[in-house]
Amino acid sequence: MSAKSHSLVMLRRNFRHIARNPTSVFNAVLMPIILMLMFVYMFGDAFDVGVDYIDYATPGLMLLAVCYGLGATATSVNSDMTKGIINRFKVMDVSRGAVLTGHVVASVLTNVIAIAALLGVAFLLGFSPSASPLDWLGVAGVVVLLGFAAGWITVALGLSAKSPETAGLAAVPLVMLPFFSSAIVPAEKMGPGLREFAEYQPFTPIIETMRGLINGAPDTGNVVLAVSWCVVIALVGYLWARATFQKRA
Amino acid sequence: MTGRIPIVVRMTTSAIAVSGLRKAYRDKVVLDGIDLEVRAGTVFALLGPNGAGKTTTVNVLTTLMSADGGTVRVAGHDVATEAKAVRAAIGVTGQFAAVDELLTGQENLQLMVDLNRAVSRDGSRVVADLLERFELTGSADKPASTYSGGMRRKLDLAMTLVGNPRIIFLDEPTTGLDPRSRRTMWSIIRGLVADGVTIFLTTQYLEEADQLADRIAVLDQGRLVAQGTADELKRQIPGTHVRLRFTTAAELDAAARVLTDSTPDPEALTLRVPGDGGTKSLRALLDRLDEYSLSAEECSVHTPDLDDVFLALTGHTTEVDAK
Repeated sequence: MSAKSHSLVMLRRNFRHIARNPTSVFNAVLMPIILMLMFVYMFGDAFDVGVDYIDYATPGLMLLAVCYGLGATATSVNSDMTKGIINRFKVMDVSRGAVLTGHVVASVLTNVIAIAALLGVAFLLGFSPSASPLDWLGVAGVVVLLGFAAGWITVALGLSAKSPETAGLAAVPLVMLPFFSSAIVPAEKMGPGLREFAEYQPFTPIIETMRGLINGAPDTGNVVLAVSWCVVIALVGYLWARATFQKRA
Repeated sequence: MTGRIPIVVRMTTSAIAVSGLRKAYRDKVVLDGIDLEVRAGTVFALLGPNGAGKTTTVNVLTTLMSADGGTVRVAGHDVATEAKAVRAAIGVTGQFAAVDELLTGQENLQLMVDLNRAVSRDGSRVVADLLERFELTGSADKPASTYSGGMRRKLDLAMTLVGNPRIIFLDEPTTGLDPRSRRTMWSIIRGLVADGVTIFLTTQYLEEADQLADRIAVLDQGRLVAQGTADELKRQIPGTHVRLRFTTAAELDAAARVLTDSTPDPEALTLRVPGDGGTKSLRALLDRLDEYSLSAEECSVHTPDLDDVFLALTGHTTEVDAK
């Protein structure tokens, strides 16, 4: 049996884990929708962003949706390591890569489902993008690339944590980071210090890329920056995860 | 029948051969030169208290951990250089049930079928057979997280059997189980042996090793302090004895002088008197104490347990090792 089919078996297992855990379904799929309703209806009027707030916030909330799914991934990777099942896989000669790839791909799939649900709600709330089919393809590409990068860094965090509980906590900074970016409000409206942080942190160019694509006018500089950030994060996450996995398992 | 002869020949060779196995974690020596041999089709029990190195031994023998020294051959393959071939021949059930709690019993077994290179016949048949054999059919569609400890162990072992391994490692298969589940597990293990499977098991229980194993090795602080059949080991262990506890050292000394074949323990103020535990010898003992106007505060009859084995073989009790 090849590593590829082992990865598929693992993917199905990990996806079942996410689907069967009410907390992870809530965090990954419902939470972004709740946040969207909250921002649009409660705070939206207070923010002057120059366009309809739903049009401004949707790309940022899509990014939040990616991040909210990560806690479950970190916890589930860690459970595999701490609850002994990893030894069973190792003795069965399951490809080591398959165990980790399964987690990352399940995480990306969850992100895609969450974002599809979020977009559905956004359209109901009057979201009116001006993106061409090609732009949408670009959005999908950015989402998958970001999900992949965030997935690998989360798997690494999950592997490094001592217990499933601390693993869930380790993913919290990733969930918080989008709030300190241009996801919810433009960075120039933030206070000094925070503004610089927001402008230079990786999520801002990623959000601006999505925003550009959705408005049908992507900014090349942001796209390059966003893709570079994703590739770097994915690479660091992958190498870190692999090293930790080898040391630990 | 002539075609079977090579198999018969193989059956008499060793399934596991370990020589000079050493393992240390940083500066702490965990295994200090282990030599053992397990013949194919037999049950070998590694007996020892917590911290003796049992799990480390299993981890090295099952390719989960590399040794610092010595050679280990399992199913004729070197664990260091032919790990893949070893893994193809063995099944391992660890100390903590390695089942996927979010999956049902049936899905857990199906997962093993999907991941196993050796399963060639109909996978769902394999799953159904195992569920039935381990009496888990009724709970097959419930998540493993709802299973009792005994059921979880059974599922764990069933998962290990997917792919029909010929050598099975069981790390403390009954630790934490109630007496009834323990007996069920024992009868399952006996069933495997009847099928010709070789079993390497670790245990803290003398009774378990006695019940199941053809050969027993006693592990203490990383060394094998004794090896042999259950009967051979029992000959090295003090038999049943009566323990008398006194209130003062003076009384203990007086009693020790009267009961000449006894062994005093001045710290615990106890006296160990060999005896078979029968009423006749007990009455004789009490009469003798009466004769000298001695009275013990407490009197108890002891049958040998793991503590006695360790006391006899190592000069200290299991408590010391657990640190």
